[in-house]
Amino acid sequence: MILNELKTELRKHIRDYGMYIALFVIFIIFGIMTDGVFLSPRNISNLLNQTGYLAVLAIGVTLVIVIRHIDLSIGFLSGFLGAISAILMVFANIPVFIVIPVVLFLGVLAGLLTAYPVAKLGIPAFVASLAGWLIYRGALLLSTLRTGTIIIPNKTFNALGNGFIPDLFASESFLPGIHKLTLLIGIIAIVLFIMMRTKARRMKVAYGFEVVSQSLYILQMAFFALMIAVVTWILAGYNGISWTLVIVLVVVAIYSFVTKKTVLGRHIYAVGGNPEAAELSGINVEKITFIVFGSMGMLSALSGMLFASRLQSATTTAGTLFELDAIAAAYIGGVSAAGGVGSVVSSLIGAIVYTSLTSGMNLMGIDISSQYIVRGIVLALAVIFDVTTRKIGTK
Amino acid sequence: MSDTYILEMKNITKEFPGVKALDRVTFSVTRGEIHCLVGENGAGKSTLMKVLSGVYPYGSYTGDIHFNGEVQQYRTISDSEKAGIAIIYQELALVPEMSVYENIFLGHEIVKNGTIDWNETIQRSTELLKRVGLKINPGTLVKELGVGKQQLVEIAKALSRDVKVLILDEPTAALNEDDCDNLLQLIQNLKHEQGVTSIMISHKLKEVIRIADTVTVLRDGQTICTLDAASGEVSENILIKHMVGREINNVFPPRDHEISDEIVLEVRDWSAFNVQKGKNDLTDVSFNVKKGEIIGFAGLMGSGRTELARSIFGNPDKYRITGEMLINKVPKRFNHPGKAIEAGIAYVSEDRKKNGLILIQDIKQNITVANLQEISRRSIVDDNSEVKVATEYREAINIKTPSLEQQVLKLSGGNQQKVQIAKWLFAKPHVLILDEPTRGIDVGAKYEIYTIMNKLVEEGMSIIMISSELPEVLGMSDRVYVVSEGRITGELPIEEATQEKIMQLATN
Repeated sequence: MILNELKTELRKHIRDYGMYIALFVIFIIFGIMTDGVFLSPRNISNLLNQTGYLAVLAIGVTLVIVIRHIDLSIGFLSGFLGAISAILMVFANIPVFIVIPVVLFLGVLAGLLTAYPVAKLGIPAFVASLAGWLIYRGALLLSTLRTGTIIIPNKTFNALGNGFIPDLFASESFLPGIHKLTLLIGIIAIVLFIMMRTKARRMKVAYGFEVVSQSLYILQMAFFALMIAVVTWILAGYNGISWTLVIVLVVVAIYSFVTKKTVLGRHIYAVGGNPEAAELSGINVEKITFIVFGSMGMLSALSGMLFASRLQSATTTAGTLFELDAIAAAYIGGVSAAGGVGSVVSSLIGAIVYTSLTSGMNLMGIDISSQYIVRGIVLALAVIFDVTTRKIGTK
Repeated sequence: MSDTYILEMKNITKEFPGVKALDRVTFSVTRGEIHCLVGENGAGKSTLMKVLSGVYPYGSYTGDIHFNGEVQQYRTISDSEKAGIAIIYQELALVPEMSVYENIFLGHEIVKNGTIDWNETIQRSTELLKRVGLKINPGTLVKELGVGKQQLVEIAKALSRDVKVLILDEPTAALNEDDCDNLLQLIQNLKHEQGVTSIMISHKLKEVIRIADTVTVLRDGQTICTLDAASGEVSENILIKHMVGREINNVFPPRDHEISDEIVLEVRDWSAFNVQKGKNDLTDVSFNVKKGEIIGFAGLMGSGRTELARSIFGNPDKYRITGEMLINKVPKRFNHPGKAIEAGIAYVSEDRKKNGLILIQDIKQNITVANLQEISRRSIVDDNSEVKVATEYREAINIKTPSLEQQVLKLSGGNQQKVQIAKWLFAKPHVLILDEPTRGIDVGAKYEIYTIMNKLVEEGMSIIMISSELPEVLGMSDRVYVVSEGRITGELPIEEATQEKIMQLATN
């Protein structure tokens, strides 16, 4: 009986679960094809770190797509601001704790600048941000013109992309070689997750909303708990949680909270769902457009710093095609070009799927040309899946 | 199958889900005449023409169409065009960025050896323009022409296809007097000199009387009568009587309350200049609303009532406005709907799907969207209060749904409308503007909405109701303003208002 319910539940919410199932399948396939190398702690840890800069962009661009716009400038903006952070640290000797907020602020400014023609003059975001794409590409080349690649010697900064959180409970006697703080965080995460979900479920029951049966609910919780536990265990077996992962999780948590729980988030989705109705409901569509593009600029800056930190240098080609990768990740994560639909968590999963493809195929020794083709097919399949399941959903 | 009729439509019935738009309509047009089709909004005129032109393909309606003595089964518009039927819609179908000659032959270009013969195109366009009496260079871009001239280009386009029957859907609605005159003259010339049969849909009864040889009146999807102008039985009064002469069988719930003398909203000499069109959409509009009163705004579609409501409600169309608005005697002017909402005005839009609801979101989200602050603490939405509020309104105005988490998309028209009303009631307005509150919903839901309106005014709210349904205006209003072409053409206390009087003012 529970199997039957699971089946109907899966069919009904296939759009919500599809992403996780796809990720699971990809992991299994690559695990088998690489004789388990893909699933090794080292590789998984690396994979998540590689996803960082892309995930941050994908989260930002999700909201841009939700309000029916697009931002092509984000790739080179991130590259350019990465270079700026390197220049500030290396040539101006400004401390890293000042550089980071300053660059984030510059990102916000750049985002607002892109938003201006879109919100105020009604210029299509595609064109406005394409102009930004060209400008920031030039700016990146200009800023690295005399120096070429700028090596960043700052250890704190480089830790953002390469470092791991320290183990506060390091001990050789208890579970040697395992990162104990990571384990603890994993356990706390599981407990918090189950508590929050259970509270939400109880509320739904109290209001007489439709919920899944008790036994299926327990199965669901067990599944998610197991997923978190497995990932935690794998990470704890290597160096623990990386700073990149911490940053990404914090960004996802904040954006998820803002989009789901706040008035601002509701307004963003209302504008995406029906801009005219939103305007007539007293929502300032212009203001929302500025906020979303401003946040996009800030996340581009963050992404640029994560990337520079990971390479420990600012290069002349940083940010090339990041925008398209981020947009692809968001679409794989189920954001809808028609507006009003898409979640930041799904886009994070989309980004992980996207990077997993690269990582897995690299391990398998597949050449880059075939990799592009496979990524293209996965994107097409994801969007086709999305459109067809949406039709089922509305019937 | 008489030869005198060029077109005969017999027993045409067309149903949409829940509505019978046409009910055994019979419509016959004599060769070489000007035949006018009149009726209220929603009487079925446009639907009938869409059946004729193949917009609604053969099989989606029942009944027969005979054209030139042969049975016709049009599946697409191009089928009817081939047969020689051309429709000119109110919304012109020209490409503004293209030249006049390109537009005239758009879709049936003159091709020689696989390429377009522009010289021939231009020469034939010049001839066609001469036929419609338009003295312009055929190379002019359409966007540089006024609406009146564009209309003539449309007719030239129709003539280029060797048209036998020309159908004009409210051709003069957007024209000034001179252009109107011109156009009517042209239609008559085409008849006398070239034997073109014309069918004209119009709300302007004076023009109908001026040019029609025959008039057919439709009402509620049925043919009421066909009148012969030569016999002298066509006059404005007779036409109006036939157009509105239905028995009022909608029942309106009784209302019993005192209207106070306190004026809550007053608008004086209100004009709205449309920057894009370069003309006034509203001119010198003055009206007032008292506390606890239902004001009816009657008029034809496109008369400017919606524009008026929107210009008051924060002016999202960015009109350049002159005039005064007083709310509780205090002068106010809003530059955004949000400001109007704060001041206690709410606007339930006429097109709930297009700009009223967020269809992909659920019921509770739609109800709270205009007033999220009320259920939030420090800008964080409290899900509990949201459900509480939504439950309250669901019960108060009887939204029929299995769950508040139902997507609005999946609700019936009546329930969607109730969600829209709930949303605006939750914004706690003093003045509620309802734009076509019962359009496209069934009789039962209509009655419920009327009951809600009564309850609201009894509690002291004021309602402005825009409606194209005369029985509704007469059944619900305390006072009626009639709007025509962006002006208020009359104010009637409900005791004096009749369908005939309103129609007269609306077609002025």
